Amino acid sequence: MIELENVAYNYGGGELLSEISLKLQPGSFHFLTGPSGAGKTTLLKLCYGALLPTSGQVRLFTSDVRDMERDDIALARRRIGVVHQDCQFLDHLNVSDNIALPLMVAGRDLLAEGANLKELTSWVGLTARAGALPPELSGGERQRAALARAVIMSPDVVLADEPTGNIDWDMSQRLLRLLIELNRMGKTIMVATHDLALIRAAKTHVQARVLRISNRRLQLAGADL
Amino acid sequence: MRAWLNRVAEFLIGDTQADRVVPPTGYTATLTLFSAAAMAFLAVFALALSLATGRLADQWGAELARSSTIRISAPDGQLAAQTEAALKVLETTKGVDTARALSSEEQQALLEPWFGPDLPVDTLPIPQLIEVIETEEGYDAEGLRLRLAAEAPGAVLDDHTRWRRPLVRAASRLRMLGWASILLIGAATAAMITLAANAALAANAQVISVLRLVGARDSYIAQAFERRFTLRALTGAGIGMLLGMVAIALLPSAQPEGGFLTGLGFQGWHWLWPLIIPVLAGLVAFGATRAAARKTLRDMP
Repeated sequence: MIELENVAYNYGGGELLSEISLKLQPGSFHFLTGPSGAGKTTLLKLCYGALLPTSGQVRLFTSDVRDMERDDIALARRRIGVVHQDCQFLDHLNVSDNIALPLMVAGRDLLAEGANLKELTSWVGLTARAGALPPELSGGERQRAALARAVIMSPDVVLADEPTGNIDWDMSQRLLRLLIELNRMGKTIMVATHDLALIRAAKTHVQARVLRISNRRLQLAGADL
Repeated sequence: MRAWLNRVAEFLIGDTQADRVVPPTGYTATLTLFSAAAMAFLAVFALALSLATGRLADQWGAELARSSTIRISAPDGQLAAQTEAALKVLETTKGVDTARALSSEEQQALLEPWFGPDLPVDTLPIPQLIEVIETEEGYDAEGLRLRLAAEAPGAVLDDHTRWRRPLVRAASRLRMLGWASILLIGAATAAMITLAANAALAANAQVISVLRLVGARDSYIAQAFERRFTLRALTGAGIGMLLGMVAIALLPSAQPEGGFLTGLGFQGWHWLWPLIIPVLAGLVAFGATRAAARKTLRDMP
């Protein structure tokens, strides 16, 4: 699916990530943890082609990201759902349209996808808020809408960057349950978070691999938890 | 051709879903609409200038090239005889289609703008004028001058070359100036639309970033902007063109006394020419926005 081989990434003259090797197998669940500024977001961005590695190889669905045209990367992103910490919505579109955005850009007929869209909106518990504009949503509602948008194209992989960063514990649990449910449907999940309690809670429900970025390198951190 | 027309129609009809993803931008929309209208208005005048000077150049070129004048200055007793002799020479000159001596009324009419209607032509020593119309092939001016010098010593041939050439050259230059103005107007329109498109793209950097995140291709994003700016330029230029045509139509109609200035306008099917302005404005806007959008998108992850 997504494979990083001996990847390094330099930022601002210094090396932010070094000797990163990672393979996201189909149906796997990964947590990515580490202190703020360790490079979690950068690593996720490398995983969906938003950044190119300084050295090493990043392969998206077997293609080296350096050899991919911009259109190929766009097509690969339709197979990778991304949930950002700040959600990144189009504020002039309502929740329903924001969730349907990947369908729109893929040229899919929204009328034909109507039932799917309704079902997904209901799955994340936003049916009553479908007509609201993003600035009118609470933090938890925004995260759930972002998750719905990330999965509407039925992607193979879901990458979530601090999805519970701005929401309370109950809402974090609710979001986690949705991610676990997606994983049970066969989706590959990787969640970047510094919330160790969330990781511990998840591990009681799903077999997750916990990776930590420490001193620019990626380590298996399961034993700490 | 049909496939191309279909593509143009699809582009103009657009994709309502794609149109919604880029938020409406108030000031760039107004700016584009206004600048396209203003430029189209100016372009109509530049076009009218080009066509009018073109007509003038053709007219001067064609009419003056085929006519010349012989002026006979002689003492009273010899004027009629020399006129007769000159006409005989002209009758036998190859390349002369017709030649006739102007009547005293015609000569008076020619002098009337300068001396008034009461000029006693008969009492003044005014030279006799002969109007010569050439055939397509024309005559040998030097040969005719030599023959006239022998048969009618008071006859001077004026084949209009001396003042016709600078006039035709001036009209041609003016026509070129009109076309250059149209090109400059087109370039200025492209520059303004590029600036407006760049402003819109910069203002929508976050939108573009989200669209890229969810898998939008560059062509999809670019098209949303291209279509918007093309339609704005098309609409603005359409309005400007109509206003320009109304203004041209309201100009005073052509009068012989007014000369060139009152002849500025369109004649006959030339009224269709301005219709091309909105189409060109649309094409310019499309090209300018496409170039701006592609450049901006290339710099984005």
